[in-house]
Amino acid sequence: MVMLAGWHFALFLLFAVLACVFAFLVLFTSNIVRMAFYLTLALGATAGLFMLAGAHFVGAMQLMIYVGGTLVLLIFGVMLTAQEGFVTMKTRGGDWVLAVAAGGSLLFLLIVAAMYMPGADEAAAAQQVLTEADTHVTTQLGLALVGTRIDRLTETDETLRQGLSGYLLPFEIVSVHLLVVLVGAAYLARARRHGDATR
Amino acid sequence: MGESINLFFDAYFSWLIPTDWESPGYILTALIQAVLIIHVPAVGALIFIWMERKVSGRIQDRLGPTRVGGKFGWLQTLADGLKLITKEDLTPGKADVMLFKLAPYLSFAASFAALLALPFATGWVGQHTNVAVFFVLAVLGLEVFGVILAGWASGSKWSLFGAMREAAQVVSYEVPIGLCVIVPVMICGTMDLVTISNMQAGWFTNWLIFHDPFTSLVFWIYFTCAIASVNRAPFDLAEAESELVAGFHTEYSGLRWSIFFMAEYGSMYVVSALATILFFGGWNGPIPIFHLIGWAYDAAGEPIRLTGWIANLFGCANLILKAVVGVTVMIWVRWTLPRLRIDQVITTCWKYCVPLVSFLFCGVLLWSTLDWPSPNNIVPHQARSEVREGWAYDSPSAVVESPLEQPEGDEIETAQADSGGSA
Repeated sequence: MVMLAGWHFALFLLFAVLACVFAFLVLFTSNIVRMAFYLTLALGATAGLFMLAGAHFVGAMQLMIYVGGTLVLLIFGVMLTAQEGFVTMKTRGGDWVLAVAAGGSLLFLLIVAAMYMPGADEAAAAQQVLTEADTHVTTQLGLALVGTRIDRLTETDETLRQGLSGYLLPFEIVSVHLLVVLVGAAYLARARRHGDATR
Repeated sequence: MGESINLFFDAYFSWLIPTDWESPGYILTALIQAVLIIHVPAVGALIFIWMERKVSGRIQDRLGPTRVGGKFGWLQTLADGLKLITKEDLTPGKADVMLFKLAPYLSFAASFAALLALPFATGWVGQHTNVAVFFVLAVLGLEVFGVILAGWASGSKWSLFGAMREAAQVVSYEVPIGLCVIVPVMICGTMDLVTISNMQAGWFTNWLIFHDPFTSLVFWIYFTCAIASVNRAPFDLAEAESELVAGFHTEYSGLRWSIFFMAEYGSMYVVSALATILFFGGWNGPIPIFHLIGWAYDAAGEPIRLTGWIANLFGCANLILKAVVGVTVMIWVRWTLPRLRIDQVITTCWKYCVPLVSFLFCGVLLWSTLDWPSPNNIVPHQARSEVREGWAYDSPSAVVESPLEQPEGDEIETAQADSGGSA
């Protein structure tokens, strides 16, 4: 254990327990909207863990994509198809066995990976070095995403320096591309009236 | 004088400033900050609701509240609150009781949490993070959760319709609002709200809204989308009282109902404050008084001193004033424009806002790339890149002396020590 005292550990414990409790509640609830609600809280607590680890971008990403995006769409879908048969889900014995086998093997894999990570059992000083190294890499990555390549300041060749524009443009092109795909999907899925085809 | 004031301040209050996780002041400071922040939506709602009544009254050629607490009805909202507390807390028979009771708190928590990353002045921020813009947007998007759950859990058709409209509207408007916010982020090259605001320090010509004509237009699109994303008229389809009784909060009564409104006014403040920071210089006023007398902090991370604290206090008032003006404009819009239909709301988003902001984005890109003249350059307070890189390096001079090596393996530790030594 790295540090058993201090507010950092207390807060870590708080968020970890919240995430686990709500994850289990997702498992043991049969009402699908409540499941989504518990999943929101579990994912929110996970975002808290990311923030606590100093990974603010990943934490905000977690909130934006999983909690704000995926789950809102999930609840939206449930509301549109809210028939009695779909709102409550009954899990049979066979499903439980399958789910425990699949989930358990994933958990095993993750635990093994975490234990074999270099520096997992070393002193707090090593952790500090790891964290700072990590911060440097993500800072460069983040700056490159907004167009500045601070990792290439030593580049001496003038021609090469001109080309170091960062990842902003590819990033934007990909996002606009995704937007086009979404608009296309909406166009394909729109309700067509009879006789539209002749016009 | 400034020097001795600062010495006194250091001697008595330095223990309150947390240096690490173990320091005794840490949890105390965190609690003080949390209490201060929660008062922004709570007290803010009291004032904004009074303002809403007064402004709507004036717009409709009447006086608004005039009796409770003096000539201008200052305490009208408090009286409303007392009335709401005494009302019966009803739960419909067909409701999903747990979700029905939790939904208002979820809404409120979302609008409150956005304030965690929203700065009030240099260093005056609940949690200083370098992705603050992104965090605020992500958390504001969560407010819709409370509304959707309220609509579903009420077990009423009106509520469900309101919630479905809200879901469609908010998910749609997140796209243009994200694109609008990218523009200041792109000009400043950072997502850190403190840095973005400090890069606009100096005279009002440094505000990003004056950066170029495209940015000025982007602000108006941002403001339109912000009104839609906080679910205010003319985009308040979720509660359209002429068609849906009251939309998602039809079945709510008493204090739970009012918590929804605290959340709504809280997020109105948040989007206005975000607009202020992104386009109107945040706490940097039209006239840089505290920069001229040298009291203001230049960048985040400076040691705390009382003169800077005083400058921050006025900066904070400046920011709140600008944000309240934004909220007032939202109220003005609500009592002036008629409500749109749902198809018109979605059309406004996808057929007008998104293409327009994409075009403006390209315009800003062109303007910055070609380095065309901008009012921002008339009286530059400080080289922009200098403010920005303040957080990336220990000091701007360190860049020249020891450019970052490729951090691989053992080199990291020495690179750290080097930059630490040169600072």
